[in-house]
Amino acid sequence: MRLDQLPLRRSATVSAIDWAALRPGEARRLRELGFDEGVAIELLHRAPFGGDPVACRIGRMIIALRRANATAITVEPA
Amino acid sequence: MVAVVGNPNAGKSALFNALTGARQKVGNYPGVTVERKSGRMSLPDGRPVELVDLPGTYSLDPSSPDEAVTRDVLLGTQEGERLPSALVVVVDATNLDNHLRFVLQLIALGMPTVVALNMIDMAERDGLVLDPQALSRELGVPVIPTVAVRKRGVEELKAQIGLMAGDSSIRLRAGAAEDVLKQDIVHLQRRARAIALAAVKSESRVRRWTHAADGVFLHPVIGPIILAALMFVMFQAVFAWSEAPIGWIEGGVAWLGETVSNALPDGFVRSLLVEGVINGVGSVVVFLPQILILFLFILLLEASGYMVRAAFLMDRLMAGVGLSGRAFIPLLSSFACAIPGIMATRSIDDPKDRLTTILIAPLMTCSARLPVYAVIIGAFIPARSIGPGIGLQGVVLFGLYVSGIVGAMAAALVLRRTVAKGEHSGFMMELPKYQLPYWRDIAIGLWQRAYVFLRRAGTIIMAVTVILWLLTSFPQRPAGSPLKQSEYSIAGRIASGLEVIVHPIGFNHEMALAVIPAMAAREVAVSALQTVYSIDAEDDDQGAQALGQRLQGRWSLPTALAFLMWFVFAPQCLSTIAVIRRETNGWKWPMFALGYLFTLAYIAAGATFWTATAMGL
Repeated sequence: MRLDQLPLRRSATVSAIDWAALRPGEARRLRELGFDEGVAIELLHRAPFGGDPVACRIGRMIIALRRANATAITVEPA
Repeated sequence: MVAVVGNPNAGKSALFNALTGARQKVGNYPGVTVERKSGRMSLPDGRPVELVDLPGTYSLDPSSPDEAVTRDVLLGTQEGERLPSALVVVVDATNLDNHLRFVLQLIALGMPTVVALNMIDMAERDGLVLDPQALSRELGVPVIPTVAVRKRGVEELKAQIGLMAGDSSIRLRAGAAEDVLKQDIVHLQRRARAIALAAVKSESRVRRWTHAADGVFLHPVIGPIILAALMFVMFQAVFAWSEAPIGWIEGGVAWLGETVSNALPDGFVRSLLVEGVINGVGSVVVFLPQILILFLFILLLEASGYMVRAAFLMDRLMAGVGLSGRAFIPLLSSFACAIPGIMATRSIDDPKDRLTTILIAPLMTCSARLPVYAVIIGAFIPARSIGPGIGLQGVVLFGLYVSGIVGAMAAALVLRRTVAKGEHSGFMMELPKYQLPYWRDIAIGLWQRAYVFLRRAGTIIMAVTVILWLLTSFPQRPAGSPLKQSEYSIAGRIASGLEVIVHPIGFNHEMALAVIPAMAAREVAVSALQTVYSIDAEDDDQGAQALGQRLQGRWSLPTALAFLMWFVFAPQCLSTIAVIRRETNGWKWPMFALGYLFTLAYIAAGATFWTATAMGL
């Protein structure tokens, strides 16, 4: 399942990240923010006016990112 | 020099404030416009140490000009800055696994380093029990738990800095920089997570506060309503709360002018001092209360963690014109003044996104436009009520604000498809936890804004006002000349040349004359019109008339409306142009901004004038 399809507040684990689908700067920033295979993740909020961007919990941080980036992240609901 | 460095949202600035107090200097790094904040700190043994607050960053691999400065200072390659003799690395105790990756990079540089395990109280609140000794063992550097806002751990930190700062023979280990930059992020991240795990004694995964607050503030329906309400309260406050202090400043300026008038003999020096310097600078300093109120809100919104949420809520709408939610914060600041707004674009990492934001920021209705709007609206728009609690004057003022916003959005749309063409910018931000803003940090922030603003008023604006006064006063009109002084003076002759160009959009000679000095700052237009009409009205009994009354008799309604529209768009602010030059590193973009904004102003004013004339107004 892609991160943007994950139901809100449902615990999951990042199973794969398609780094090639991201621009190099964005891929690096995602890594810096702690996105990595095997990390626990949870979708917390969808923004108003169409649900883009989304906010998710990764580690102990809350990260906002556009849906276009979230589609590159595959998750496995727990 | 000791550098304070850390991730964004680690409480770095609060710790810096706690270490140095208000004894801070704000300047710029040469060549770039990244703010350099430094301060003096006394060590427990009395020795002074210079502390520098480096811009927050997630790694040594920069993605914005701010972050590049941090890297360059740490590698000793930043122009105008020595290599730090020691590092104070600030980490957020509640966010160890992520922040430790950057700590590992910094430790690898080989400089004397101490880690401030900040916001340890927040960690406890979150149900996270940490073991600083274990963390220190794993990292191989001293770790001191701190709570910056409560000054907890600050003395211990100072003592540790004292132990490290004595050594002035610091060199980076040869090749350290290359090694650090080559490290693999994912590998570092995993090591950081392992260390964090070792340092955590126990944890319960609760973050109730932030969780509950976000449920409201980021709610798809309630969230935007709260944001709109906050904006409304903010703009109301800017006007409502500033009335009294503006009165005091005006009173003070008038008193100063009178005192100087009485103390000096009539003549050149007195006119220059009173009419040029005191009135000129006074007319700008009057905006200090409004600017401080707006900044108070912005600082509070930032310190509480709400500002990033506002960016999150607005991202979708901003994306519609090719910008990102990050642009919302600088554009909001631009309602006070485009200068801090443009400087705030440094946090936008996408260069095209940043450029577009810089180019449209001058279209946000800044506080300097208000005096112009107030005078013209007061004179030409009847104070009629057009509904319960809705006055016509207020509606016109609101319309001018909206014109600026609509103009900015349209400009962004066009710019993003032409000169600032590029891939769609992204939006990736950490939403920090909510915090109660701490009064000391807010006070220091406000003081710094006030200082920067007053320094500007005392230099650029004063110089321009004096020059204008000289140009309109000389040469003196000989008795019996058919020309008015405002036409005879040097400024008047320049204005006559300009009048040819602005006549088609309904402007008269006095307006052309007022528009020139208003290049320095928009509000000068008001004092310039006042000067022109009072110089010309010297000996007739209307000399003391208020500017509004004078204008009513001399301008037609279409002319007045055209003048308002002109000020919505015209880039009449030298400081803004200078800041655009600094921020974009060259003359190309400030020239472009001047060109496109003047063109827009000319078209908008002309269209308004001719439409209003055709409607028979």
